[in-house]
Amino acid sequence: MSIDLKELIKKPNPLTQGHRMCPGCGAPTAIRQALMAVDDPVVIVGATGCMEVSTTVYPYSAWRVPFMHVAFENAGAGISGVQAAHKVLSRQGRAKEGIKFVAFGGDGGTYDIGLQSLSGALERGHDFTYICYNNQGYMNTGAQRSSATPLNASATTSPAGSVIPGKLQRAKDLTEIVAAHNIPYVAQTTLHDPMDLIKKVKRAVETPGPAFVNVLVPCVLFWKIDQGDQMKICQLAADSRFWPVYEVAGGKYSLSYKPKKDVPLEDFLRAQGRYSHLFKKGRERMDLVAAAQADVDESWKKLLVKCAL
Amino acid sequence: MSEPQCWQDVAPGTVAFGATALEVETGLWRSVRPVFDLNKCVSCMKCWFQCPDMSVKLGEGGKVCGADLFFCKGCGICASVCPVKAVTMRPESDFSDERDKHGANPGGVADHVK
Repeated sequence: MSIDLKELIKKPNPLTQGHRMCPGCGAPTAIRQALMAVDDPVVIVGATGCMEVSTTVYPYSAWRVPFMHVAFENAGAGISGVQAAHKVLSRQGRAKEGIKFVAFGGDGGTYDIGLQSLSGALERGHDFTYICYNNQGYMNTGAQRSSATPLNASATTSPAGSVIPGKLQRAKDLTEIVAAHNIPYVAQTTLHDPMDLIKKVKRAVETPGPAFVNVLVPCVLFWKIDQGDQMKICQLAADSRFWPVYEVAGGKYSLSYKPKKDVPLEDFLRAQGRYSHLFKKGRERMDLVAAAQADVDESWKKLLVKCAL
Repeated sequence: MSEPQCWQDVAPGTVAFGATALEVETGLWRSVRPVFDLNKCVSCMKCWFQCPDMSVKLGEGGKVCGADLFFCKGCGICASVCPVKAVTMRPESDFSDERDKHGANPGGVADHVK
């Protein structure tokens, strides 16, 4: 599976310029890189979220391809319906074959609200690819915590203060939940390397049956990082093992990126304003940092066992 | 289907035409501007891949030839990922003499919306 850069740059992206995502947002980068991997005609279904809201500001549309928004909780059901309808129509000779179906949602529409619909679609085995751009919270409505928000992060509904030190619960491991459906392809990545995301989505789209890609993307406002730091912070997430980059193809785990150096989780936390309460002078909470590090180490160890490393 | 003349003509729940966001000048949000030094640029494409607004322009032979200032929101990702430091971010005030470059009605809405 090779990707020709010369061909890649010639192709117009299904997502156009002029969308109203914040400057420096990771989500349009992720969706754009992901769609570079799709060669065939593509139909896109989007769950409610930043990406859906900002690309379809009435009456403008930043999509060159058919795009459907259903609701927050049913991107999975939406894409299943479109795919099933296409299957029937092409059986009757009324539609072209070789159309790809891609659904995307944020972590709110995937981890929380749309989980039942996604799970149903995965179980029924529709041929589609679901891309979750995971910025670890409800950003469109003002940085509320979601079940993807990591331990100790300060969100507006889990604010760090004198009572609690940010979110008290750890994030749900959705990639594992999806992998437990035994679907043909599941992957997890971030924006540290465009080729990694493109290759994964290419593989996901080319795999018959359901496929799922979970992409960690930074939110400038929630993560409180500089607008230009997108790639740096994603590299830190991968290097500190906070966000392991791996794939599960046909039930077989494999690590796609092994950090070369041992980066402590602290480096990743210190780079973001949402953890600044842990490092306030005189009121440092290094015990929480150590606990979070232990949590990351344990998950990493478990993953290595699954990858048979 | 004929083009809708006003919003009432558009069927409920639909955005009728694809890629219409190309008329929206998101470049008006920008407060700092990326300036490409093409003598230093090695066209590694890092900025092209990473730009959230697809505002890195490619010229002949697919080489990077600058930023599309109509859409560039000035986030500075291109400057941050550049391995040879060919991109510098300069305040938009340095270019205040170019104020009217985009016409008398920048950010104006398309005719079919009015």
